[in-house]
Amino acid sequence: MNFTPVILWSDALVFLLLAAGIASTWYVRRHEHLLLPWRRVAQSATAMVSLLVLSLFLIVGLLDTLHYRAALPEKNGGETVYTPEVLSVFDKLAGPLRAQTEKTYSAPLAVTLYTKESITDPQGNVVRDYPRLRYGGAHLADGAQRDGDVLKRVLLGAVCGLLAGALLLAAGIASFRPPITQFEGRLRPESSGFKPKAFLYDWIPACAGMTRNRTLKVLLIATLIIAALIGAIANLATVYHVLGTDKVGQDVLYLSLKSIRTGLIIGTVTTLVTLPLALLLGIAAGYLRGWVDDVIQYIYTVLSSIPSVLLIAAAVLMMQVTIETHPEWFDTSASRADLRLVFLCLILGMTSWTGLCRLLRGETLKLRELEYIQAAQAFGVSSLRILTRHIVPNVMHIILIALVMDFSALVLAEAVLSYVGVGVDPSMISFGTMINGARLEMGRDPMVWWALAAAFGFMLALVLAANLFADAVRDAFDPRLNRTEAVA
Amino acid sequence: MNDILNVSGLVTQLRNGTRIVDEISFCIRAGETYALLGESGCGKSMTALSLMRLLPDGVAHTGGTALLDDIDLFGLPEREMREVRGGRMAMIFQEPGLSLNPVMTVGQQIAEVLALHAGRDSSRRGFVGLKSDLRQRCIDLLDQVGIPDASRRVTEYPFQLSGGMKQRVMIAMALAGSPKLLIADEPTTALDVTIQAQVLQLLRDTQAASGMSLLLITHDLGVVAENAHRVGVMYAGQIVEQASRAQLFARPLHPYTQKLFAALPDTARSDQPLAAIPGSVPPPGSITQGCRFAPRCDKAWALCVEQTPEWTEVADGQGVRCHLYDRIEDWGSRIEGKPQQKQDGAMPSSILNPRSSILKVSDLKVYFPIRKGILQRVAGQVKAVDGVSLEIPQGRTLALVGESGCGKTTLGKALLQLIPPTAGSVQFAGRELMGLSARALRTQRGTMQMVFQDPYASLNPKMRVAEILEEGMTALNIETNSAARQSRIDTLLDQVGLARSIKWRYPHEFSGGQRQRIAIARALAVSPQLLICDEPTSALDVSVQAQILNLLKALQQELNLSYLFITHNLAVVEYLAHEVCVMYLGRIVERGTAEEVLRAPKHPYTQALLSAVPRIDGKGRERIRY
Repeated sequence: MNFTPVILWSDALVFLLLAAGIASTWYVRRHEHLLLPWRRVAQSATAMVSLLVLSLFLIVGLLDTLHYRAALPEKNGGETVYTPEVLSVFDKLAGPLRAQTEKTYSAPLAVTLYTKESITDPQGNVVRDYPRLRYGGAHLADGAQRDGDVLKRVLLGAVCGLLAGALLLAAGIASFRPPITQFEGRLRPESSGFKPKAFLYDWIPACAGMTRNRTLKVLLIATLIIAALIGAIANLATVYHVLGTDKVGQDVLYLSLKSIRTGLIIGTVTTLVTLPLALLLGIAAGYLRGWVDDVIQYIYTVLSSIPSVLLIAAAVLMMQVTIETHPEWFDTSASRADLRLVFLCLILGMTSWTGLCRLLRGETLKLRELEYIQAAQAFGVSSLRILTRHIVPNVMHIILIALVMDFSALVLAEAVLSYVGVGVDPSMISFGTMINGARLEMGRDPMVWWALAAAFGFMLALVLAANLFADAVRDAFDPRLNRTEAVA
Repeated sequence: MNDILNVSGLVTQLRNGTRIVDEISFCIRAGETYALLGESGCGKSMTALSLMRLLPDGVAHTGGTALLDDIDLFGLPEREMREVRGGRMAMIFQEPGLSLNPVMTVGQQIAEVLALHAGRDSSRRGFVGLKSDLRQRCIDLLDQVGIPDASRRVTEYPFQLSGGMKQRVMIAMALAGSPKLLIADEPTTALDVTIQAQVLQLLRDTQAASGMSLLLITHDLGVVAENAHRVGVMYAGQIVEQASRAQLFARPLHPYTQKLFAALPDTARSDQPLAAIPGSVPPPGSITQGCRFAPRCDKAWALCVEQTPEWTEVADGQGVRCHLYDRIEDWGSRIEGKPQQKQDGAMPSSILNPRSSILKVSDLKVYFPIRKGILQRVAGQVKAVDGVSLEIPQGRTLALVGESGCGKTTLGKALLQLIPPTAGSVQFAGRELMGLSARALRTQRGTMQMVFQDPYASLNPKMRVAEILEEGMTALNIETNSAARQSRIDTLLDQVGLARSIKWRYPHEFSGGQRQRIAIARALAVSPQLLICDEPTSALDVSVQAQILNLLKALQQELNLSYLFITHNLAVVEYLAHEVCVMYLGRIVERGTAEEVLRAPKHPYTQALLSAVPRIDGKGRERIRY
């Protein structure tokens, strides 16, 4: 084995979330009435396209979560030695992107640097010109051939992507068995093996059915478009810097893709901290009233009247000092940066639950006066059960919307904190550090716009997809908007 | 021609083509009150809004004409229509609390109308100060609608006025533009009976004084009997019968109207089930062919389903949309020959026997402290229930009658210990409930249950019917295994007249009446001996109310239940109650058997209350102001 897997703290949290997600999926699949709203989500074209985009982000994030350390060729007394550098599966896949660094800024798809430098030409004269890049467009003899080459590669990549997408879809459809088959499958002996004729017999009406179903049609088109896009970009990225390079010559596309994991972790792990606090305290305050309400209100009023950046900065600085005084805790710099990220999430979570808590308290105050709550009280149902059975399901829509809205705010908060200098570890790539860097780049003349534009574009796509999906989920779960069929 | 308003073939549609108002034609003469009578969802408010051209988004007027004083309302540009609204035609709404702007004084709001329609321009200088003559006009108007001390009230804000006063202010605002036609959309539905009587009287007086016409929209036959000259009965977007008041009350023609009368509870029929109309009003657009009432009509025959009945003029001014009257020659024999409803057996005689009381309440007090200052010192107390004593015998119904705010709901909740009582004693079957610990109380929970007023708020929208019914059983450990519970749920659904298959549905899929049945089943799930019914029918239509009252009565006989029936509707009391307590400002002012209290009330408040109830026999009564 020439590598050893590394599980960082944030990785563990992500795996925990993933396991919880899989477990609840399994539970929902076994209960028809819980599955029903998700079927409605599946019927919404917007939701499915958003889910597609979202799952691409998630895949990148997950690949980036599988960390490992490669083995070094030399051994230390028979014991394998691993590099101190922690890499992820994603780093491996995007190897060239990571390794091919230029000297400094270059524009997207450029073949030269962004600024003029003094270079010595073959004749020995020193001229002031834009030097060619080390990797971007290095295969071209002349920079002027670039446009044609880019077009050729885009087309080729897009066609390959389309084909790959179509193959993927075909595989998907083949594994998708239309209901008729399921019925007949029971009648047919299982051992009869693959029957091409029967397969086609099932498959053709299945395809015909898909073109009639609007959602599926939209989803098919979206998949093909995204596949073509990915194909084109992947094909270009092998020889160009598609989104340019940053100050130290790192590929901005690589930075953006790496930022996805940081963004997702800040969004979800913080939520993991916020949610129980806000939910529990909010509905307890609203439902129980009396001194419980007074205490909880007091806490969140005090907490939200302290300037949050100040509070976070103080907490982060304390944490930073502790980490720096105990270097022996960490065997790699990555694990130190990672712990800092996890603590940042904790601190963000501890300071940002007040808004949602207040919202939930207000809603619970309204709900507790409703007659179905009083009916439950008249049965002597315990407070805990009323809270979980009656109040929580009825405030779920607020939670869902608030969390998705908070998601973008959290990613931005990280940018603000990086700006103050208390954000993620400087060695960690995040949208925040990219935006923070863009502060100086936007002030340059000529302006360096691509780093900010890339961070903006990726965040927009991520948050928009999450918002649209959450919206569809909320609608699907609202029984008032959906007349359900009775299912036992 | 002295028609003020002439509507013909009015059609109002949803965007998907569903007709909410379907070819309505009627006319209103000068100085006349025309009542549109119908249950919720039959399109009466939409008719009014169509006439005002104030339809909500997604609803559009698509056909028909309306002539107001020979002006075609639907031909006017919006600019001129604004002159008509408030000027020639004014409207008052159901909820007076919501139709006044809470941050403007009453005077400013009336002055706004005056400024717009009386040609006095005060809008340019805003409403900082009322011009003295404008102010005087406002005071005159408030005087006219019977608001005492009008010169002080004119500077007050809506929150300082009671519900009845607010409705009077709304009427004053409507009168400010001296309209030819006043549209009143359920003007008294949100008010107490005594206030309702005053507001109806006010409408009659104003009409007599100003000679305006009134389009009265209501679901209440009593209000129609008091105020209307002519009546149009609406059902599912159509006018199914039109007649003068005298004709309608003497001889209703359409089966629906006949059933509406039969569904009204009163003492004369208290020993037999009410003639409830099965089912509920069909959603708009669900019936496109045939008579819309056919599925609920016991006189329907094949033709009713196949062919939409045409409008038939039967007698002078009386018309009906029913196949029964297609051939005018023989209509007389048809309406006479029909017996009202099948008679059910009389009540078991056992009910007449004296019984031991199951619930005994003595000197119950519920005070809410008013806290002031930082230390939350108790500065005073609101005496919501102030020393109430009552007894309910096994298998009997005690009605608790009173107007809103008299503390009757608080009393009901205090009996269940949902609101902790301040003092007094509540004994259920000899056991004292006051001062019990939460654990000890839980064992008593199953014996007493409550049915709430609003069936839309009393069922958790996120739980399915089976889960709702199961909750009480789980909490009180009844039927520990799940199969037994499911079979009990089936039994309960049978008992309240719902199909067993509805178990796995969510409450929003049901109509108000069905939801109330589910709520009753939920209460019955723990086999209580006493049901506290808090206005269980006040949110329901008359025809559905009758179904629920029948159900409650049947359940009482079947399960020997006792009811504490909290209501403001005296007709329901007459029908259902054995004994009556009249509550006023937290105290019981009169008690006795239903017969005694309703026939010969002794306390002046009871007398006032009874005299305020509009009677459907159409004969006016002397009113007692209290």
